[in-house]
Amino acid sequence: MPVLKWWKWLTIPLMFYVVSMGIMGKVPRLPILNETVRNLYFHVPMWFGMIILFGASVWFSIQYLRTGNLANDIKASAYVDVGIVFGLLGLVTGMLWAKYTWGEFWSNDPKQNASAIGMMIYFGYLLLRASLSNEREKARISSVYSIFAFAILIPLIYVLPRFTDSLHPGNGGNPGFNPYDQARYMRPVFYPAVLGWTFIGFWIGDLSVRYKNLIIKRLEDV
Amino acid sequence: MKYILSGILVFLILNTNAIAQASEIEMADQMRANGKIYVVLLTVLIVLSGLFLFLIYLDKKISELEK
Repeated sequence: MPVLKWWKWLTIPLMFYVVSMGIMGKVPRLPILNETVRNLYFHVPMWFGMIILFGASVWFSIQYLRTGNLANDIKASAYVDVGIVFGLLGLVTGMLWAKYTWGEFWSNDPKQNASAIGMMIYFGYLLLRASLSNEREKARISSVYSIFAFAILIPLIYVLPRFTDSLHPGNGGNPGFNPYDQARYMRPVFYPAVLGWTFIGFWIGDLSVRYKNLIIKRLEDV
Repeated sequence: MKYILSGILVFLILNTNAIAQASEIEMADQMRANGKIYVVLLTVLIVLSGLFLFLIYLDKKISELEK
């Protein structure tokens, strides 16, 4: 039996619960959305997970800038990697959901556009790291970039779409995702879903961090 | 009396309309009724189990290398 951290063990029952309730659980009968309202447990947690992962990257970037310890930089970059995967999955699942509810894969919804721009900013992070060869330089510049990228991402996807008309719930006068009393039984599945998916992100990120550390160790030994 | 009766009638009509509207919204009721949805549920749970087993396997391998 491998010794895993407690939150990794917790991820497994959480996700089994989320998937079971996601397919079988009671959901409100809403027009247009119909059964697709279940995507709340699978599409939305991608974005929550992405934000939490990018937030973790900011935390470790600050830690790197304060201490100069490269271990923090490895963590900061690994969590951005996983966060980008979550963001891309969020975009693709969102487009699929949009096709069957809003009619188009891409309807230039402010939140769609803003999250696409947000992804571009984080692609810039990958490009920046790939183009610098000096480890210290790479760590310092990308740490600063990660902090600024996050500072732009939050207003881009959480603030600006609320000022204009958007198809997304909670934006442009649309009610938030849980506006109805009948949707209150979605919450006991939604919050575990966010937690479970985020834990999966950190689990993969943790493996990536340890793998990179092993490579560095091997390079030092040679 | 007439008004009360017609009032009740109007209320009933409006009410049945509301009930009818709620059940008019199409959901996958048939799939749930014949139980085939459990096949989908089981498939997804098996896929999820496989992915978790692989994650645990990778975690174990990396832990061994770290020693």
